[in-house]
Amino acid sequence: MSVVEGIIAGLLVLGVFFYVAGTVGLLRFPDTHSRLHALTKADNLGLGFIVIAAGLHWGDGWIAGKLALVWLLTLFAAGMAAQLVARAALKAEGGE
Amino acid sequence: MMADLFMLTALCILISVAGALIRAWRGPGRADRMMSAQLIGSGGVGIAVLIAAARSEPAILDVALVLALLAAFAALAFVKTVTPEGAGDPEADEAETP
Amino acid sequence: MSLAFDLALCALILGAAGLAVAGRNLFGSVVFYIVYGVLIALAWVSLGAADVALAEAAIGAGVTGVLLIGAWQGMKDAGGLEAEITQSLPVRVLAGLGAAALGGLIGFAILSLPGHEGLTGPVAENQPAVNLGNPVTAVLLSFRAYDTLLETLVLSAALAAVWSLTPAGLWGGIPGPKHTTRPDGVMASFGRLLPPLGLLVAVYLVWAGADQPGGAFQAGTVLAAVWILIVLAGLRDEPRLSSLTLRVIVIAGPLVFLGAALAGALSGLALGYPEGHARTLILIIEYALTLSIAATLALLIAGPARRAP
Repeated sequence: MSVVEGIIAGLLVLGVFFYVAGTVGLLRFPDTHSRLHALTKADNLGLGFIVIAAGLHWGDGWIAGKLALVWLLTLFAAGMAAQLVARAALKAEGGE
Repeated sequence: MMADLFMLTALCILISVAGALIRAWRGPGRADRMMSAQLIGSGGVGIAVLIAAARSEPAILDVALVLALLAAFAALAFVKTVTPEGAGDPEADEAETP
Repeated sequence: MSLAFDLALCALILGAAGLAVAGRNLFGSVVFYIVYGVLIALAWVSLGAADVALAEAAIGAGVTGVLLIGAWQGMKDAGGLEAEITQSLPVRVLAGLGAAALGGLIGFAILSLPGHEGLTGPVAENQPAVNLGNPVTAVLLSFRAYDTLLETLVLSAALAAVWSLTPAGLWGGIPGPKHTTRPDGVMASFGRLLPPLGLLVAVYLVWAGADQPGGAFQAGTVLAAVWILIVLAGLRDEPRLSSLTLRVIVIAGPLVFLGAALAGALSGLALGYPEGHARTLILIIEYALTLSIAATLALLIAGPARRAP
Protein backbone atom coordinates (compact mmCIF):
# COMPACT_ATOMS: atom_id res chain seq x y z
CA MET A 1 0.00 0.00 0.00
CA SER A 2 1.48 3.32 -1.05
CA VAL A 3 1.50 6.44 1.13
CA VAL A 4 -1.38 8.03 -0.79
CA GLU A 5 -3.44 4.86 -0.40
CA GLY A 6 -2.73 4.90 3.32
CA ILE A 7 -3.91 8.50 3.56
CA ILE A 8 -7.06 7.64 1.57
CA ALA A 9 -7.80 4.72 3.90
CA GLY A 10 -7.34 6.97 6.93
CA LEU A 11 -9.69 9.61 5.47
CA LEU A 12 -12.31 6.96 4.74
CA VAL A 13 -12.15 5.69 8.33
CA LEU A 14 -12.61 9.25 9.59
CA GLY A 15 -15.52 9.71 7.19
CA VAL A 16 -17.30 6.59 8.45
CA PHE A 17 -16.64 7.68 12.04
CA PHE A 18 -18.44 10.98 11.56
CA TYR A 19 -21.35 9.42 9.68
CA VAL A 20 -21.79 6.92 12.52
CA ALA A 21 -21.50 9.78 15.02
CA GLY A 22 -24.31 11.57 13.16
CA THR A 23 -26.59 8.54 13.34
CA VAL A 24 -25.80 7.86 17.00
CA GLY A 25 -26.53 11.52 17.80
CA LEU A 26 -29.81 11.42 15.88
CA LEU A 27 -30.87 8.33 17.83
CA ARG A 28 -29.48 9.13 21.29
CA PHE A 29 -29.80 12.90 21.83
CA PRO A 30 -32.75 13.78 24.04
CA ASP A 31 -34.63 16.44 22.05
CA THR A 32 -35.19 17.76 18.53
CA HIS A 33 -32.84 20.72 18.78
CA SER A 34 -29.94 18.63 20.13
CA ARG A 35 -30.46 16.05 17.38
CA LEU A 36 -30.22 18.84 14.83
CA HIS A 37 -26.57 19.32 15.86
CA ALA A 38 -25.76 15.68 15.20
CA LEU A 39 -27.50 15.75 11.86
CA THR A 40 -26.24 18.95 10.27
CA LYS A 41 -22.66 18.93 11.50
CA ALA A 42 -21.38 15.37 11.90
CA ASP A 43 -22.46 13.78 8.65
CA ASN A 44 -21.35 16.72 6.52
CA LEU A 45 -17.91 16.50 8.10
CA GLY A 46 -17.94 12.79 7.24
CA LEU A 47 -18.85 13.63 3.65
CA GLY A 48 -15.97 16.12 3.58
CA PHE A 49 -13.43 13.39 4.43
CA ILE A 50 -14.93 11.07 1.82
CA VAL A 51 -14.85 13.78 -0.84
CA ILE A 52 -11.17 14.47 -0.10
CA ALA A 53 -10.41 10.74 -0.23
CA ALA A 54 -12.16 10.40 -3.60
CA GLY A 55 -10.33 13.48 -4.91
CA LEU A 56 -6.95 12.03 -3.89
CA HIS A 57 -7.87 8.70 -5.50
CA TRP A 58 -8.61 10.34 -8.85
CA GLY A 59 -5.89 12.99 -8.76
CA ASP A 60 -7.69 14.98 -11.44
CA GLY A 61 -8.37 18.72 -11.19
CA TRP A 62 -11.71 18.75 -13.05
CA ILE A 63 -13.07 15.92 -10.92
CA ALA A 64 -11.74 17.52 -7.74
CA GLY A 65 -13.67 20.68 -8.69
CA LYS A 66 -16.86 18.70 -9.15
CA LEU A 67 -16.31 16.94 -5.80
CA ALA A 68 -15.77 20.30 -4.11
CA LEU A 69 -19.06 21.55 -5.62
CA VAL A 70 -20.85 18.45 -4.28
CA TRP A 71 -19.57 19.17 -0.79
CA LEU A 72 -20.32 22.90 -1.02
CA LEU A 73 -23.92 22.16 -2.04
CA THR A 74 -24.50 19.81 0.89
CA LEU A 75 -23.03 22.41 3.26
CA PHE A 76 -25.46 25.05 1.90
CA ALA A 77 -28.33 22.59 2.25
CA ALA A 78 -27.34 21.62 5.80
CA GLY A 79 -26.89 25.24 6.90
CA MET A 80 -30.26 26.25 5.52
CA ALA A 81 -32.01 23.16 6.88
CA ALA A 82 -30.45 23.51 10.35
CA GLN A 83 -31.67 27.07 10.82
CA LEU A 84 -35.13 26.59 9.39
CA VAL A 85 -35.91 23.16 10.84
CA ALA A 86 -34.93 24.53 14.27
CA ARG A 87 -37.45 27.36 13.80
CA ALA A 88 -40.09 25.02 12.47
CA ALA A 89 -39.59 22.67 15.44
CA LEU A 90 -40.02 25.64 17.82
CA LYS A 91 -43.29 26.62 16.14
CA ALA A 92 -44.59 23.06 16.12
CA GLU A 93 -43.36 22.23 19.62
CA GLY A 94 -44.92 19.04 20.84
CA GLY A 95 -44.62 17.43 17.44
CA GLU A 96 -47.62 15.58 16.14
CA MET B 1 -7.92 -3.38 -3.45
CA MET B 2 -8.78 0.34 -3.34
CA ALA B 3 -12.11 -0.43 -5.03
CA ASP B 4 -12.96 -2.89 -2.24
CA LEU B 5 -12.00 -0.32 0.37
CA PHE B 6 -14.34 2.27 -1.18
CA MET B 7 -17.17 -0.26 -1.36
CA LEU B 8 -16.56 -1.33 2.25
CA THR B 9 -16.82 2.32 3.29
CA ALA B 10 -20.03 2.66 1.26
CA LEU B 11 -21.44 -0.39 3.04
CA CYS B 12 -20.54 1.05 6.46
CA ILE B 13 -22.24 4.36 5.63
CA LEU B 14 -25.30 2.54 4.30
CA ILE B 15 -25.63 0.59 7.55
CA SER B 16 -25.03 3.77 9.55
CA VAL B 17 -27.75 5.79 7.79
CA ALA B 18 -30.10 2.79 8.00
CA GLY B 19 -30.10 3.44 11.73
CA ALA B 20 -31.68 6.81 10.97
CA LEU B 21 -34.80 4.96 9.81
CA ILE B 22 -35.49 4.18 13.47
CA ARG B 23 -35.79 7.91 14.15
CA ALA B 24 -38.05 8.34 11.12
CA TRP B 25 -40.30 5.60 12.52
CA ARG B 26 -40.41 6.77 16.13
CA GLY B 27 -40.56 10.53 15.57
CA PRO B 28 -41.90 11.88 17.86
CA GLY B 29 -42.07 15.22 16.05
CA ARG B 30 -42.38 15.72 12.31
CA ALA B 31 -39.07 17.63 12.48
CA ASP B 32 -37.39 14.47 13.82
CA ARG B 33 -38.75 12.41 10.95
CA MET B 34 -37.67 15.03 8.43
CA MET B 35 -34.16 15.09 9.90
CA SER B 36 -33.71 11.38 9.36
CA ALA B 37 -34.63 11.88 5.69
CA GLN B 38 -31.97 14.60 5.55
CA LEU B 39 -29.39 12.26 7.10
CA ILE B 40 -30.14 9.55 4.54
CA GLY B 41 -29.91 12.18 1.81
CA SER B 42 -26.39 13.20 2.79
CA GLY B 43 -25.49 9.53 3.28
CA GLY B 44 -26.71 8.93 -0.28
CA VAL B 45 -24.43 11.68 -1.60
CA GLY B 46 -21.46 10.05 0.20
CA ILE B 47 -22.33 6.59 -1.09
CA ALA B 48 -22.65 7.84 -4.68
CA VAL B 49 -19.21 9.50 -4.41
CA LEU B 50 -17.74 6.25 -3.05
CA ILE B 51 -19.24 4.06 -5.79
CA ALA B 52 -17.98 6.56 -8.38
CA ALA B 53 -14.47 6.27 -6.89
CA ALA B 54 -14.63 2.47 -6.58
CA ARG B 55 -15.49 2.11 -10.28
CA SER B 56 -13.53 5.16 -11.48
CA GLU B 57 -16.75 6.27 -13.17
CA PRO B 58 -16.97 10.09 -13.19
CA ALA B 59 -20.52 10.04 -14.58
CA ILE B 60 -21.76 8.75 -11.21
CA LEU B 61 -20.45 11.98 -9.63
CA ASP B 62 -23.20 13.78 -11.54
CA VAL B 63 -25.72 11.70 -9.58
CA ALA B 64 -24.05 12.83 -6.34
CA LEU B 65 -24.17 16.42 -7.66
CA VAL B 66 -27.91 16.27 -8.37
CA LEU B 67 -28.61 14.59 -5.00
CA ALA B 68 -26.61 17.30 -3.24
CA LEU B 69 -28.32 20.09 -5.20
CA LEU B 70 -31.80 18.86 -4.32
CA ALA B 71 -30.95 17.61 -0.81
CA ALA B 72 -32.64 20.54 0.89
CA PHE B 73 -35.85 20.67 -1.13
CA ALA B 74 -37.95 18.36 1.00
CA ALA B 75 -36.70 20.08 4.18
CA LEU B 76 -37.60 23.46 2.67
CA ALA B 77 -41.11 22.28 1.82
CA PHE B 78 -41.39 20.81 5.33
CA VAL B 79 -40.46 23.97 7.22
CA LYS B 80 -43.15 25.86 5.33
CA THR B 81 -45.85 23.51 6.65
CA VAL B 82 -45.68 25.10 10.12
CA THR B 83 -46.92 28.39 8.63
CA PRO B 84 -50.51 29.12 7.50
CA GLU B 85 -51.29 27.46 4.14
CA GLY B 86 -47.63 26.50 3.92
CA ALA B 87 -46.95 29.87 2.34
CA GLY B 88 -44.91 31.67 4.99
CA ASP B 89 -41.44 31.54 6.50
CA PRO B 90 -40.84 30.05 9.98
CA GLU B 91 -38.31 32.83 10.52
CA ALA B 92 -40.83 35.60 9.99
CA ASP B 93 -42.53 37.07 13.05
CA GLU B 94 -46.17 36.19 13.59
CA ALA B 95 -47.23 39.72 12.64
CA GLU B 96 -45.50 39.55 9.27
CA THR B 97 -47.02 36.22 8.34
CA PRO B 98 -50.25 36.78 6.44
CA MET C 1 -17.68 -6.41 -1.36
CA SER C 2 -20.00 -5.07 -4.04
CA LEU C 3 -22.30 -8.04 -3.45
CA ALA C 4 -22.53 -7.31 0.29
CA PHE C 5 -23.32 -3.67 -0.50
CA ASP C 6 -26.01 -4.64 -3.02
CA LEU C 7 -27.63 -7.06 -0.59
CA ALA C 8 -27.69 -4.46 2.20
CA LEU C 9 -29.14 -1.89 -0.23
CA CYS C 10 -31.88 -4.32 -1.33
CA ALA C 11 -32.80 -5.04 2.29
CA LEU C 12 -32.93 -1.32 3.04
CA ILE C 13 -35.08 -0.55 -0.02
CA LEU C 14 -37.58 -3.25 0.97
CA GLY C 15 -37.51 -1.96 4.56
CA ALA C 16 -38.16 1.66 3.56
CA ALA C 17 -40.94 0.62 1.15
CA GLY C 18 -42.55 -1.59 3.80
CA LEU C 19 -42.42 1.14 6.44
CA ALA C 20 -43.88 3.70 3.99
CA VAL C 21 -46.88 1.42 3.45
CA ALA C 22 -47.25 0.05 6.98
CA GLY C 23 -46.82 3.29 8.93
CA ARG C 24 -49.86 4.74 10.69
CA ASN C 25 -48.38 8.23 10.66
CA LEU C 26 -49.02 9.88 7.30
CA PHE C 27 -46.10 12.30 7.53
CA GLY C 28 -43.85 9.38 8.48
CA SER C 29 -44.94 7.58 5.32
CA VAL C 30 -44.04 10.66 3.24
CA VAL C 31 -40.57 10.67 4.84
CA PHE C 32 -40.07 6.96 4.12
CA TYR C 33 -41.10 7.54 0.51
CA ILE C 34 -38.48 10.32 0.15
CA VAL C 35 -35.87 7.96 1.68
CA TYR C 36 -37.02 5.26 -0.73
CA GLY C 37 -36.34 7.65 -3.64
CA VAL C 38 -32.75 8.23 -2.49
CA LEU C 39 -32.17 4.48 -2.08
CA ILE C 40 -33.61 3.66 -5.52
CA ALA C 41 -31.29 6.27 -7.08
CA LEU C 42 -28.37 4.47 -5.36
CA ALA C 43 -29.64 1.13 -6.69
CA TRP C 44 -29.51 2.49 -10.25
CA VAL C 45 -26.01 3.79 -9.55
CA SER C 46 -24.98 0.34 -8.37
CA LEU C 47 -26.50 -1.25 -11.48
CA GLY C 48 -24.37 1.06 -13.63
CA ALA C 49 -27.36 2.97 -15.05
CA ALA C 50 -26.22 6.53 -14.36
CA ASP C 51 -28.87 8.02 -16.69
CA VAL C 52 -31.73 6.48 -14.74
CA ALA C 53 -30.03 7.24 -11.43
CA LEU C 54 -29.86 10.94 -12.42
CA ALA C 55 -33.56 11.00 -13.27
CA GLU C 56 -34.48 9.18 -10.05
CA ALA C 57 -32.27 11.45 -7.95
CA ALA C 58 -33.94 14.54 -9.40
CA ILE C 59 -37.52 13.22 -9.38
CA GLY C 60 -37.58 10.79 -6.46
CA ALA C 61 -35.30 12.49 -4.00
CA GLY C 62 -36.01 16.10 -5.00
CA VAL C 63 -39.30 17.00 -6.62
CA THR C 64 -41.54 14.19 -5.27
CA GLY C 65 -40.76 15.23 -1.69
CA VAL C 66 -42.05 18.76 -2.35
CA LEU C 67 -45.14 17.35 -4.08
CA LEU C 68 -46.00 14.89 -1.29
CA ILE C 69 -45.39 17.38 1.51
CA GLY C 70 -47.60 19.84 -0.39
CA ALA C 71 -50.29 17.16 -0.62
CA TRP C 72 -49.94 16.48 3.11
CA GLN C 73 -50.35 20.22 3.77
CA GLY C 74 -53.48 20.25 1.62
CA MET C 75 -54.95 17.35 3.60
CA LYS C 76 -54.12 19.07 6.89
CA ASP C 77 -55.76 22.34 5.79
CA ALA C 78 -58.85 20.44 4.66
CA GLY C 79 -59.04 18.62 8.02
CA GLY C 80 -58.33 15.30 6.34
CA LEU C 81 -55.61 14.24 8.78
CA GLU C 82 -58.02 13.67 11.65
CA ALA C 83 -60.36 11.52 9.59
CA GLU C 84 -59.81 7.81 10.04
CA ILE C 85 -58.64 6.46 6.70
CA THR C 86 -58.98 2.71 6.91
CA GLN C 87 -60.30 0.55 4.14
CA SER C 88 -62.25 -2.60 4.94
CA LEU C 89 -60.27 -5.85 5.12
CA PRO C 90 -61.46 -7.27 1.75
CA VAL C 91 -60.40 -4.06 -0.04
CA ARG C 92 -56.95 -4.25 1.56
CA VAL C 93 -56.56 -7.92 0.70
CA LEU C 94 -57.62 -7.20 -2.90
CA ALA C 95 -55.15 -4.31 -3.19
CA GLY C 96 -52.38 -6.50 -1.77
CA LEU C 97 -53.19 -9.35 -4.18
CA GLY C 98 -53.30 -6.94 -7.14
CA ALA C 99 -49.91 -5.47 -6.22
CA ALA C 100 -48.42 -8.94 -5.70
CA ALA C 101 -49.78 -10.12 -9.07
CA LEU C 102 -48.34 -7.07 -10.85
CA GLY C 103 -44.97 -7.55 -9.12
CA GLY C 104 -44.99 -11.23 -10.05
CA LEU C 105 -45.78 -10.44 -13.69
CA ILE C 106 -42.95 -7.89 -13.91
CA GLY C 107 -40.56 -10.39 -12.31
CA PHE C 108 -41.69 -13.08 -14.76
CA ALA C 109 -41.25 -10.71 -17.73
CA ILE C 110 -37.69 -9.84 -16.64
CA LEU C 111 -36.71 -13.46 -15.97
CA SER C 112 -38.07 -14.57 -19.35
CA LEU C 113 -36.00 -12.02 -21.31
CA PRO C 114 -33.95 -13.95 -23.86
CA GLY C 115 -30.21 -14.24 -23.26
CA HIS C 116 -28.07 -12.08 -21.03
CA GLU C 117 -26.76 -9.68 -23.66
CA GLY C 118 -29.93 -7.62 -23.92
CA LEU C 119 -29.90 -4.94 -26.60
CA THR C 120 -26.45 -3.55 -25.80
CA GLY C 121 -24.91 -5.13 -28.90
CA PRO C 122 -27.42 -3.92 -31.51
CA VAL C 123 -27.46 -0.43 -29.96
CA ALA C 124 -23.65 -0.18 -30.03
CA GLU C 125 -23.67 -1.36 -33.67
CA ASN C 126 -26.10 1.31 -34.80
CA GLN C 127 -24.89 4.13 -32.57
CA PRO C 128 -22.43 5.60 -35.12
CA ALA C 129 -25.37 6.25 -37.47
CA VAL C 130 -26.73 8.95 -35.15
CA ASN C 131 -23.27 10.16 -34.04
CA LEU C 132 -24.10 10.25 -30.30
CA GLY C 133 -21.76 9.03 -27.57
CA ASN C 134 -24.52 8.24 -25.07
CA PRO C 135 -26.35 5.01 -26.01
CA VAL C 136 -29.33 5.95 -23.84
CA THR C 137 -29.88 9.21 -25.74
CA ALA C 138 -29.51 7.30 -29.03
CA VAL C 139 -32.24 4.87 -27.96
CA LEU C 140 -34.57 7.52 -26.54
CA LEU C 141 -34.37 9.99 -29.40
CA SER C 142 -33.69 7.83 -32.40
CA PHE C 143 -34.14 4.06 -32.13
CA ARG C 144 -37.22 4.34 -29.91
CA ALA C 145 -38.07 8.01 -30.51
CA TYR C 146 -41.69 6.94 -30.92
CA ASP C 147 -41.95 6.05 -27.19
CA THR C 148 -40.27 9.28 -26.10
CA LEU C 149 -42.56 11.40 -28.27
CA LEU C 150 -45.61 9.77 -26.69
CA GLU C 151 -44.14 10.25 -23.20
CA THR C 152 -43.69 13.98 -23.73
CA LEU C 153 -47.31 14.16 -24.91
CA VAL C 154 -48.38 12.29 -21.74
CA LEU C 155 -46.75 15.04 -19.65
CA SER C 156 -48.69 17.75 -21.50
CA ALA C 157 -51.90 15.74 -21.15
CA ALA C 158 -51.29 15.37 -17.41
CA LEU C 159 -50.93 19.16 -17.13
CA ALA C 160 -54.20 19.65 -19.02
CA ALA C 161 -55.85 17.21 -16.59
CA VAL C 162 -54.54 19.13 -13.56
CA TRP C 163 -55.71 22.44 -15.07
CA SER C 164 -59.15 20.97 -15.66
CA LEU C 165 -59.58 20.93 -11.86
CA THR C 166 -59.49 24.74 -11.77
CA PRO C 167 -62.42 26.13 -9.71
CA ALA C 168 -65.03 28.16 -11.63
CA GLY C 169 -63.99 31.74 -12.27
CA LEU C 170 -60.28 31.21 -11.70
CA TRP C 171 -59.42 29.84 -15.14
CA GLY C 172 -56.07 31.23 -16.29
CA GLY C 173 -55.33 32.45 -12.77
CA ILE C 174 -52.29 31.95 -10.55
CA PRO C 175 -51.61 28.57 -8.90
CA GLY C 176 -50.73 28.04 -5.25
CA PRO C 177 -50.74 30.47 -2.33
CA LYS C 178 -48.71 33.69 -2.40
CA HIS C 179 -45.44 32.79 -0.69
CA THR C 180 -43.93 35.33 1.65
CA THR C 181 -40.61 35.06 3.43
CA ARG C 182 -38.59 37.29 5.70
CA PRO C 183 -36.57 39.56 3.38
CA ASP C 184 -32.89 38.55 3.57
CA GLY C 185 -33.79 35.69 5.91
CA VAL C 186 -32.25 32.27 5.54
CA MET C 187 -34.94 31.01 3.17
CA ALA C 188 -34.82 34.00 0.83
CA SER C 189 -31.00 33.92 0.79
CA PHE C 190 -31.00 30.21 0.00
CA GLY C 191 -33.47 30.94 -2.81
CA ARG C 192 -30.97 33.39 -4.29
CA LEU C 193 -27.88 31.25 -3.73
CA LEU C 194 -28.97 27.96 -5.24
CA PRO C 195 -30.62 28.87 -8.58
CA PRO C 196 -27.38 29.95 -10.36
CA LEU C 197 -25.78 26.63 -9.39
CA GLY C 198 -28.94 24.76 -10.38
CA LEU C 199 -28.98 26.45 -13.80
CA LEU C 200 -25.32 25.54 -14.26
CA VAL C 201 -26.00 21.89 -13.42
CA ALA C 202 -29.07 21.78 -15.70
CA VAL C 203 -27.18 23.25 -18.67
CA TYR C 204 -24.33 20.83 -17.99
CA LEU C 205 -26.67 17.83 -17.87
CA VAL C 206 -28.37 18.58 -21.17
CA TRP C 207 -25.04 19.45 -22.78
CA ALA C 208 -23.36 16.27 -21.50
CA GLY C 209 -26.44 14.18 -22.36
CA ALA C 210 -25.41 13.72 -25.99
CA ASP C 211 -22.27 11.79 -25.12
CA GLN C 212 -22.45 10.88 -21.42
CA PRO C 213 -25.25 10.20 -18.92
CA GLY C 214 -27.63 13.16 -18.74
CA GLY C 215 -30.23 14.54 -21.08
CA ALA C 216 -33.45 16.50 -21.45
CA PHE C 217 -35.46 14.83 -18.71
CA GLN C 218 -32.77 15.08 -16.04
CA ALA C 219 -31.92 18.69 -16.94
CA GLY C 220 -35.61 19.62 -17.17
CA THR C 221 -36.26 18.23 -13.69
CA VAL C 222 -33.38 20.22 -12.20
CA LEU C 223 -34.71 23.38 -13.92
CA ALA C 224 -38.18 22.65 -12.53
CA ALA C 225 -36.66 22.29 -9.05
CA VAL C 226 -34.98 25.71 -9.43
CA TRP C 227 -38.33 27.20 -10.46
CA ILE C 228 -40.07 25.65 -7.44
CA LEU C 229 -37.32 26.89 -5.11
CA ILE C 230 -37.65 30.48 -6.35
CA VAL C 231 -41.41 30.35 -5.76
CA LEU C 232 -41.13 28.71 -2.29
CA ALA C 233 -38.53 31.29 -1.27
CA GLY C 234 -41.04 34.02 -2.15
CA LEU C 235 -38.73 35.68 -4.67
CA ARG C 236 -41.11 35.45 -7.63
CA ASP C 237 -44.77 34.51 -7.78
CA GLU C 238 -46.04 31.71 -10.04
CA PRO C 239 -47.00 32.98 -13.52
CA ARG C 240 -50.56 33.47 -14.72
CA LEU C 241 -51.61 30.20 -16.36
CA SER C 242 -53.24 32.16 -19.19
CA SER C 243 -49.85 33.55 -20.21
CA LEU C 244 -49.22 32.82 -23.89
CA THR C 245 -45.43 32.66 -23.41
CA LEU C 246 -45.86 30.03 -20.72
CA ARG C 247 -48.12 27.89 -22.88
CA VAL C 248 -45.77 28.16 -25.84
CA ILE C 249 -42.90 26.93 -23.61
CA VAL C 250 -45.03 24.00 -22.39
CA ILE C 251 -45.77 22.73 -25.91
CA ALA C 252 -42.53 23.82 -27.64
CA GLY C 253 -40.75 20.51 -27.01
CA PRO C 254 -43.54 18.18 -28.20
CA LEU C 255 -44.15 20.53 -31.20
CA VAL C 256 -40.51 20.48 -32.30
CA PHE C 257 -40.46 16.71 -31.83
CA LEU C 258 -43.67 16.27 -33.85
CA GLY C 259 -42.26 18.61 -36.51
CA ALA C 260 -39.17 16.43 -36.86
CA ALA C 261 -41.38 13.33 -37.04
CA LEU C 262 -43.54 14.92 -39.73
CA ALA C 263 -40.54 16.09 -41.75
CA GLY C 264 -39.23 12.53 -41.61
CA ALA C 265 -42.61 11.15 -42.65
CA LEU C 266 -42.72 13.46 -45.69
CA SER C 267 -39.29 12.32 -46.78
CA GLY C 268 -40.09 8.64 -46.35
CA LEU C 269 -39.80 7.51 -42.71
CA ALA C 270 -41.66 8.97 -39.72
CA LEU C 271 -39.14 9.96 -37.01
CA GLY C 272 -36.33 9.09 -39.42
CA TYR C 273 -33.63 11.71 -39.46
CA PRO C 274 -31.93 12.66 -42.75
CA GLU C 275 -28.52 11.06 -43.21
CA GLY C 276 -25.74 13.04 -41.52
CA HIS C 277 -28.05 15.44 -39.67
CA ALA C 278 -29.28 13.09 -36.95
CA ARG C 279 -27.09 14.54 -34.19
CA THR C 280 -28.00 18.16 -34.92
CA LEU C 281 -31.73 17.42 -35.05
CA ILE C 282 -31.61 15.31 -31.90
CA LEU C 283 -29.83 18.08 -30.01
CA ILE C 284 -32.41 20.67 -31.13
CA ILE C 285 -35.21 18.35 -29.94
CA GLU C 286 -33.37 17.77 -26.63
CA TYR C 287 -32.98 21.49 -25.90
CA ALA C 288 -36.62 22.26 -26.73
CA LEU C 289 -37.76 19.28 -24.64
CA THR C 290 -35.67 20.42 -21.67
CA LEU C 291 -37.55 23.72 -21.45
CA SER C 292 -40.95 22.08 -21.94
CA ILE C 293 -40.30 19.35 -19.38
CA ALA C 294 -39.08 21.94 -16.87
CA ALA C 295 -42.16 24.14 -17.28
CA THR C 296 -44.58 21.19 -17.31
CA LEU C 297 -43.16 19.56 -14.15
CA ALA C 298 -43.05 22.87 -12.27
CA LEU C 299 -46.66 23.62 -13.26
CA LEU C 300 -47.78 20.09 -12.33
CA ILE C 301 -46.35 20.64 -8.83
CA ALA C 302 -47.96 24.10 -8.66
CA GLY C 303 -51.39 22.62 -9.42
CA PRO C 304 -54.52 24.34 -10.77
CA ALA C 305 -55.12 28.08 -10.38
CA ARG C 306 -56.16 29.15 -6.89
CA ARG C 307 -56.11 32.91 -7.28
CA ALA C 308 -57.82 35.18 -9.84
CA PRO C 309 -55.50 36.45 -12.57
